[in-house]
Amino acid sequence: MKIVVLVKEVPDTWGERFLNLETGLADRHASARVIDEIVERGLEFAISWAAKNPGTEVIALSIAPIEATTNIRKALAMGADRGVLVSDEVLVGADITLTAQVLAAALTHTGYDLIVAGDQTTDGAGGVIPAALAELLDLPLLSRLAAIDVTGGKVRATHISERVTLSLSSSLPAIVSVTERFPDPRLPNFKGIVSAKNKPLEILSVADLGATIDVLESPRAILTDVEAKPPRVAGRKEVEDADSGKRLADFLRQNQLA
Amino acid sequence: MATDNILVLLEVTPDGHLAKSSAGLLGVAAGLGRAVALIVGSRDAAERLSKSASELGAAQVLLADDDSTSFVTPSVDAMECAFQASNPNAVIAGHSAYGRDVLARFAVRMGLAINVDAVDVTRDDQGIVAHHAAYGGTYNVTSAVTFGAPVITLRAGVANARAAAQPTVAENLVVPSSGRRSAVIDASEVSDAPVTSRPDLRGADRVISGGRGLGSAEGFSLVEQLADALGAAVGASRAAVDAGYVAQSSQVGQTGVQISPQLYIALGISGAIQHKAGMQTSKTIIAINKDETAPIFDVADYGVVGDVFTVVPKLLDALAAADS
Repeated sequence: MKIVVLVKEVPDTWGERFLNLETGLADRHASARVIDEIVERGLEFAISWAAKNPGTEVIALSIAPIEATTNIRKALAMGADRGVLVSDEVLVGADITLTAQVLAAALTHTGYDLIVAGDQTTDGAGGVIPAALAELLDLPLLSRLAAIDVTGGKVRATHISERVTLSLSSSLPAIVSVTERFPDPRLPNFKGIVSAKNKPLEILSVADLGATIDVLESPRAILTDVEAKPPRVAGRKEVEDADSGKRLADFLRQNQLA
Repeated sequence: MATDNILVLLEVTPDGHLAKSSAGLLGVAAGLGRAVALIVGSRDAAERLSKSASELGAAQVLLADDDSTSFVTPSVDAMECAFQASNPNAVIAGHSAYGRDVLARFAVRMGLAINVDAVDVTRDDQGIVAHHAAYGGTYNVTSAVTFGAPVITLRAGVANARAAAQPTVAENLVVPSSGRRSAVIDASEVSDAPVTSRPDLRGADRVISGGRGLGSAEGFSLVEQLADALGAAVGASRAAVDAGYVAQSSQVGQTGVQISPQLYIALGISGAIQHKAGMQTSKTIIAINKDETAPIFDVADYGVVGDVFTVVPKLLDALAAADS
């Protein structure tokens, strides 16, 4: 059994995040880069499932600049067996469908029985890569999961959306996306960090995957403009006194907010 | 054949009505061209659903039968069919679980480019462009596609445009199955049925949020009281959710929902970047917090440095006094 977890590196949401105003691309050097927390929940599921099912291989797969090896090592320290990083200058600024095509080529390279992704990462909140991969690889999609059971080559899972909860099932291979309802991830321990140094980490270019990038032949999403919003300016600020509640009520009424 | 059609995928709720997002989606589409709605729903409700869609501005309604045992793929097959029938300039759906899954599979299948989580869609001299509020509204980003019809998901609750009602023109689609592999839906139940009459957090005009400063789940009821007095939705900071005061579905922030209501009142919330990313595009922000150095005051139009447990009850009294 081979479980591939799609690992996305994002700017840390606990700090300020920046876009480069000339290129419109994320400024990767301006913020700390971390594995997205929803992805860590996916890793946790894969690693704990593997612990209970000997013979399972957990692969951490990412598309990112070469500096992302640090975060792939963290996934290995948590317990993934090996890492695959697709890193290629031609992928700078890649849109969603191109990213999905390269991920599909990388998944074909690694092989898979189960593909695990986060539902929506914190940077773009796009949440469309799992469905795009399902279409490209002709796989059953089980998205936005609150719970999952993988037994005997079958997946049974609970999908949650804005209004409905669905019980879904499919056979393997399949692709799933997990939500915050999944258990908290483990922290890498010292033994994990030491062993991660000796685990294989494969770095591949697009050419290594035998894929070609047809930037001109297929429609692509492009940024046409990016601008920083002027920061909000603080308004009035007062220290509580006996009339604070009344003044707030007046403010709300004057602004037709109450 | 060139058209000015804009194909809109509407969502049907589990109880068989058009989702709340429909009015905004059709409003945006009608501003760009001729709104053609696709509804994948039960045959029994077809007439009622088409009428609802045309009242919200659909110039034409395409109907496809819901095959409720396959997950997502029947709607993708219906989209493919509706795309061929309408030859649209753009394809739009909500940035919901359903909209994301269907449009992502559809875009890949048709070889079209996709732009996600737009807050508006407009037309310039080059064609249709999508507008995005990146990193919690810190940046305004505009995107387009190099060629072909753009496929766009629109964030819930942000579209203010509304379209004029149209006469009902409905057509049933015969959708051939693509035979693509899909998961099977074994059971379904309506979740998170509202236990109160409070509005949904997404799309609410007014939101009252509570943070760690409420101190406990019991203390958090103060947030609910003020929300009910103002007809507002209830939100929370991540700290309040992590402390177990309130369900994760109320979380406002970078991990949670991102909203832009007319009024946002932050009670006992410090205003970590993580939280501000979910609410700093609100029109009017009021903050009450004991700590005068709390970063929430940097984005507040009106800040009160004080104890929520004394200020809010007095605010409730003042609101009640004015009503009587």
